[in-house]
Amino acid sequence: MLAAVGAKSIEELFSTIPERFRLKKPLSLPGPYSEAEIIEYFKARAAENSYGYTSFLGAGVYNHLRSVVTDTIIQRGEFLTSYTPYQAEITQGTLQAIFEFQTMMCQLTGQEVANASMYDGSTATTEAVLMAERLTGKRRVLIARSVHPEYRDVLKTYAKNSGLQVEEIPWTANGTVDGKALQSALRDDVCAVVVQSPNFFGAIESVAPLAESVHAHGALLVVAITEAVSLGLLKPPVEADIVAMEAQSFGLAPSYGGPFAGVIATKDKFVRQMPGRLTGQTVDSDGRRGFVLTLATREQHIRRERATSNICTNQALCALAATVHLSLLGKEGLREMAQQNLSKAHFALQQLEKTPGVRRAFAAPFFNEFTVEFPRSVKIVNGHLLREKIVGPYVLGGAYPELTKHAVVCVTETTTRQEIERFAAAIGNALQQPV
Amino acid sequence: MNERNEGKQFPKEFHKATRHTNQNEGLIFEKSSPGKRAFDLAPLDVPEADGAAALGAAYRKNGVEGFPEVSEIEVIRHFTRLSTWNYAIDLGMYPLGSCTMKYNPRVNEFVARLDGIATEHPLQPQSLSQGCLKIQKLLESCLLEITGMDAVTVQPAAGAQGELVGLLMIRAYLEKQGDARKKVLIPDSAHGTNPATAVIAGYQVENIRSNAEGQIDIEKLREQVTSDVAALMITNPSTLGIFEQRIPEIAEILHAKGALLYMDGANMNALAGVTRPGDLGVDVMHLNLHKTMSTPHGGGGPGAGPVAMKKMLEPFRPVPILVEKEGGELALDYQRKDSIGKVKAFSGNFGVLVRALAYLLAYGPGVREATEDAVLNANYIRKGLEGVFDLPYTRPSMHEVVFSDAKQKRNGVSTMDIAKRLIDYGFHPYTTAFPLIVPGALMIEPTESESKEECDLFIEAMRAIAQEAAETPEVVKTAPHSTRVRRLDEVTAARKPILRWKPAE
Amino acid sequence: MAYPAKYRYTKEHEWIDASDNNLATIGITDYAQHALGDVVFVELPKSGAEIKTGKSFGSIESVKAVSDIYAPASGEVVEANAELQNKPETINTDPQGAAWLIKVKLSNPAEISGLMDAKAYEAFIAEKEKEASA
Repeated sequence: MLAAVGAKSIEELFSTIPERFRLKKPLSLPGPYSEAEIIEYFKARAAENSYGYTSFLGAGVYNHLRSVVTDTIIQRGEFLTSYTPYQAEITQGTLQAIFEFQTMMCQLTGQEVANASMYDGSTATTEAVLMAERLTGKRRVLIARSVHPEYRDVLKTYAKNSGLQVEEIPWTANGTVDGKALQSALRDDVCAVVVQSPNFFGAIESVAPLAESVHAHGALLVVAITEAVSLGLLKPPVEADIVAMEAQSFGLAPSYGGPFAGVIATKDKFVRQMPGRLTGQTVDSDGRRGFVLTLATREQHIRRERATSNICTNQALCALAATVHLSLLGKEGLREMAQQNLSKAHFALQQLEKTPGVRRAFAAPFFNEFTVEFPRSVKIVNGHLLREKIVGPYVLGGAYPELTKHAVVCVTETTTRQEIERFAAAIGNALQQPV
Repeated sequence: MNERNEGKQFPKEFHKATRHTNQNEGLIFEKSSPGKRAFDLAPLDVPEADGAAALGAAYRKNGVEGFPEVSEIEVIRHFTRLSTWNYAIDLGMYPLGSCTMKYNPRVNEFVARLDGIATEHPLQPQSLSQGCLKIQKLLESCLLEITGMDAVTVQPAAGAQGELVGLLMIRAYLEKQGDARKKVLIPDSAHGTNPATAVIAGYQVENIRSNAEGQIDIEKLREQVTSDVAALMITNPSTLGIFEQRIPEIAEILHAKGALLYMDGANMNALAGVTRPGDLGVDVMHLNLHKTMSTPHGGGGPGAGPVAMKKMLEPFRPVPILVEKEGGELALDYQRKDSIGKVKAFSGNFGVLVRALAYLLAYGPGVREATEDAVLNANYIRKGLEGVFDLPYTRPSMHEVVFSDAKQKRNGVSTMDIAKRLIDYGFHPYTTAFPLIVPGALMIEPTESESKEECDLFIEAMRAIAQEAAETPEVVKTAPHSTRVRRLDEVTAARKPILRWKPAE
Repeated sequence: MAYPAKYRYTKEHEWIDASDNNLATIGITDYAQHALGDVVFVELPKSGAEIKTGKSFGSIESVKAVSDIYAPASGEVVEANAELQNKPETINTDPQGAAWLIKVKLSNPAEISGLMDAKAYEAFIAEKEKEASA
């Protein structure tokens, strides 16, 4: 091949790189290793993690059942090793699956149009706010402090240079957003009000009345959802203008934080300000149904500095996994899964409440996460739990200094009754230990 | 041309592709019938909670309207049938320029799914996460070695987010010196993400024009780098597949004015193991792990866009950063006063990082050979097609080559037509109509994964299409002829968008 | 398609009909329509908006491109063509008639005299086409 290209050596192909910058010795990298050695390396690392522990952590990443069918499908090379479906004639598989994903996200959220996809729930929330800014031309953002702390952090990073002013709204004694505080902060210069439901404390927000007061001031209501399984039992936030959702709960492994799949769902009338890819139905030149990427003029490869977002690579395979997972669960399966989460979380609360000094912190309805208050620092309690091979609930004191004795407990369909009982007993033991 | 004259329109005596049957398949919702399901849960082992009582007004009385109800084999068949309508690297050469569609090793998939890796919660105690953190640490050190940089962050979820992190760090660094400045310079050949990102970072975009050789015009650059300029975003090799030879000088020009040099590392597959951006004067860059480090594109994502930087930018990295405590224990540090903040929840697309490390462990210092093969393949294809297609920029090619459709255009055949016809020959099209500075571009990147035989077949196909464009242009202009759908009506799709399925009324 | 004599034209391929002194009509030319290809969406200002000579007042989208529309003269928008929201394709079929974009109350009608007349515009695009084929 070298002869064919007319080069005497491989080195010659790199002659445009100034000689003094060409590396003279091999890079200092580990390897090369064989397949077996690579597997061995990662198995050794896996053994250094939490294997064998029971976890009560949620906080935006949930341990739900995942069928082997989902993983089998997304590992098909035709899906796994295909690019963004710009060449529609030979990517109809990906395109139709995305169309099905968009449909499912609309069905779940009660919105009219959904994209596929954003990086995760945190960037979807931020992008939803930026979208609201474009739609309203206003610059103030009100976000409930009961929204996931890391989601709020991401919003602040993006907002800083976009001229957005972000203000936080407190919560009430029942754990939901403080309507009075919101009302007094709401003026006609607000582009978006952001709440999460169920919120970071597990409390379910009342979306409809919130929407009413937000709309009265010409602002848009953004509802963030971190636990998408809740939609199996919760009314969809139809009154929201934009829903920003994390779809990790639909068949995606926790994977130490990613890759997940963020989604934005909204009303048809807002679609031209929505970021992210969209698939649309059309026909081919013989009149057969087919699918194409559409409304691409919103995107960076066409509109460049005036694009709705800079997103290019997204989380397509994760969105496919969610589509397969939801097809497997179906209408009844999703409902049953959600029902099991609800039942087990409520059972867990009852068990914990039996322990003297442990109390439910907020009275608002909850789905599969709830906040409890301990008579002492949660960190100490969790330290004791670790010794019993239990990863304790999320410690609120870090992000909320006023809640050092509070923790968010998460229970899903994967948590067994026995594990819940052991957890409650372990907490009882922990609280009896000397400080 | 109303009828499909299959005999004439299907390539003759071409070995790579023949017609095959695939199955028709409707939407999953159209297969649905009430009561079917494909997934069993273990029986509930606690008392069932009363949903209406527990949730009150928020309770959804019925299941999600319109949701599919199908059996397991129906799900398998549905998605398997859909999959067969896709082209993929696993089926053949995927020469999309600028996308680096190389082989995605299966061992990477296997290790990312291991219990103890896929199962780990990002907020679990760090004492129980040492394995994950060690993986991250090793990957970070490999990326530093390859880029010649001092520090790295693996938080960005994709290249575009990496760009944003890079620019936000530049901004924070300049701000700390008293002036964040106003503008970012971007060549006209750049990816669209560059200008889109600069705006989110709060900068105005100023374009800089390429010279006749497809390189940055150094004299013009000197004029454009004023005290208002925060950075230049450069892609190297450029999107023309040409190495920006005077990059050290470009860095000097910027540095002399207090501006920084950002490198879009999308084309790192041309450099890894051969030269290091850090040595060339680059201050900060991102890598696309889904390009250079072989993690799968998955139909559009997920990716990962780690950002590597020089020491002065290190304090501004997104939190958390990975630190090594005394005694060797690894930890995540959130307390960093100069940090730009977070750009994504948790630490990054960790599953993608695992795959990238598996790739690097398989190659080791051999990443240099991968780079060499990628560049050799691109030049081999260039040689095979030179003269047949117009080559607007003739400087030596690195990992990709950009032709134009100028010759074929005379017969009314565009780069898009040629791309579509390539499908009939069993290949995925190259990148069309990019970079913007080449009208009617054909941007071809074979990667190191292709054998000489596959490259020869590609050259043969492209030459045959060029001949068709001259002799029977209609065949090319109406291609593809062998796919299950023909060219789709994108105009109606955009005018009257149908973006979701709805039940028939 | 012929270029009406009563219109005036810009180098960015907009036309303006200022024959009614109080109310000018603005659109894009047939040449522009051709160059854009199939129009799929039009973004226009609301009535009451100010437009400024040489500045963009809206955009026209095809499947893979967005083009700005520049104001041939300054003034206040009185009406935007609402029909185009549902039927953007009219821009391809009748750009110089039914697919007018906005009606404007000009702030300085004298500005129009600086624009090309139909003859000058035809010569201008003939030159453009020659360049393109060279």
